[in-house]
Amino acid sequence: MTEEFLKPLEEKTLAEKLFLLRFRVDGESHLILNKEVCWECDERVCLLICPSGVYRWDEGKKEVTVSYEGCLECGACRIACPQGAIDWKNPRGGFGVAYRFG
Amino acid sequence: MSDRYDCIIVGAGPAGIAAAYKLAGAGLSVLVFERGGFPGSKNMFGGILYSTILNRLIPEFWKEAPVERHVVRRRYSFLSKDSEAAFDLKFDAFNNPPYNHSFTVLRARFDKWFAKKAEEAGAVVVTEAVVDDFITEGERVQGVKVRMEGGTVYGDVVICAEGANSLLSEKIGMKKRPDPANMVLGVKEIISLPKGVIEDRFSLEDGEGAALEFFGEALGGEIGSGFIYTNRETLSVGIGCPISVLKEKGMKPYELIESFKRHPSVKNFLRGGKIEEYSARMIPEGGYDSLPALTRDGLLLTGDCAGLVNPSLYKEGTNLAMASGVFAADTVIEAKEKGDFSKATLDGYVKRLQESFVLKDLKRYRDVPATLHSVPGFFKEYPEGIMELLQGHFTVTEESKEDVHREIKRLFRDKVSIWRLVRDIYKLRRLIT
Repeated sequence: MTEEFLKPLEEKTLAEKLFLLRFRVDGESHLILNKEVCWECDERVCLLICPSGVYRWDEGKKEVTVSYEGCLECGACRIACPQGAIDWKNPRGGFGVAYRFG
Repeated sequence: MSDRYDCIIVGAGPAGIAAAYKLAGAGLSVLVFERGGFPGSKNMFGGILYSTILNRLIPEFWKEAPVERHVVRRRYSFLSKDSEAAFDLKFDAFNNPPYNHSFTVLRARFDKWFAKKAEEAGAVVVTEAVVDDFITEGERVQGVKVRMEGGTVYGDVVICAEGANSLLSEKIGMKKRPDPANMVLGVKEIISLPKGVIEDRFSLEDGEGAALEFFGEALGGEIGSGFIYTNRETLSVGIGCPISVLKEKGMKPYELIESFKRHPSVKNFLRGGKIEEYSARMIPEGGYDSLPALTRDGLLLTGDCAGLVNPSLYKEGTNLAMASGVFAADTVIEAKEKGDFSKATLDGYVKRLQESFVLKDLKRYRDVPATLHSVPGFFKEYPEGIMELLQGHFTVTEESKEDVHREIKRLFRDKVSIWRLVRDIYKLRRLIT
């Protein structure tokens, strides 16, 4: 085999991996946090569990922000949240992620 | 789209489409709602389709279906930080039809094809249609509410095949929000390589496929596994780990897949590759003891929302989903003849599942999920201990073999209690037998 296939696998950051995907982005989020519950929460499992890093901690606002645009729709955040504070709706029909391979 | 059907199906995955195909073939009017832009666009799995049921529905489907490779090689490997012990199997007999009913598949392509077959059989598949609710009258499910204009559709019966993120099934009270210990999060990458490189690297002939499973340090010594499956011109590479474990250990799924790919025994399989896609999904691996209610008046649950996944080493999901779709369809056809869609009649579905490999296997492996959580050493101390033992055995020195063996046995016993090992092996026998 030629040399080019002996090189290490290309490295990609999470952002670069998400950039490979096709998303049809809706104007509003399909993931709604229960702000009152989240305000009290100090576990913030959502920050950890999401495979596409949808949830980020905003140190300035002292709250979790939701970049629903990059959601892979696995649903893990809804299951992982100990408080059940994530109101998870399916995105509008035809919106959200669309896999080419799957 | 008329507003009344014999059967409404939610979700155009393997369970929903298998049901639709069977029902349409029997002459019933069937409407399938799929929230994605096309069937398969939201779907992902590890990568191997077991196809006994599909081959009953569509004999010799592999001649027309977009399958990638048939699996002839299986490799199970335990990883420690820098070593590996693997068990490698290859069966030439699996090169003959029906190819041991094992094919690697890419779901965005396969599900699309399967849904087309159901349409050809007479089912109506509506895409970009999200079902938000069931319509009920008393206990009885009468139809569904779709998020679109005039989105109220009635049917004699509804088959729910919504998948692992079971919003509707929970909303109507068939199940609770799943326990994080029973839900595995799978994260996968599609990595492209030329066909010839894949075949050389995995020692395969044209069309042959390999399924490699990695345990132990593949997941930092935690419960779960990593995998590489060969497609025609891509590899499916990923990890699966219970959500509860990710939480407890503070492991991020996107970091876990990176450390798996970087392991010295994994990285060389991937070199020269180009990342084409990144994806994630949940797998319900709670098994028999966490099954939801499967029927009620006018409603049946199938596939992943019904928790029908064999969580043992066999890792069988799509075949069970298709079987459940077929059994649901058979039951609906019977109910239609009787004109009775009560839970009592629809429980014929549960009986069919119980009499088949679907619930027989789930029952046989019912202890697997709890056992895995109760034998943490299985993924860490044991592989490490065994690897040290082997490394000691194979290290070339001028010490007498007797001395070497005494020393490595002592080291192993320091690390692993023999009694516990025997007990754990007994516990774990159900993983594979």
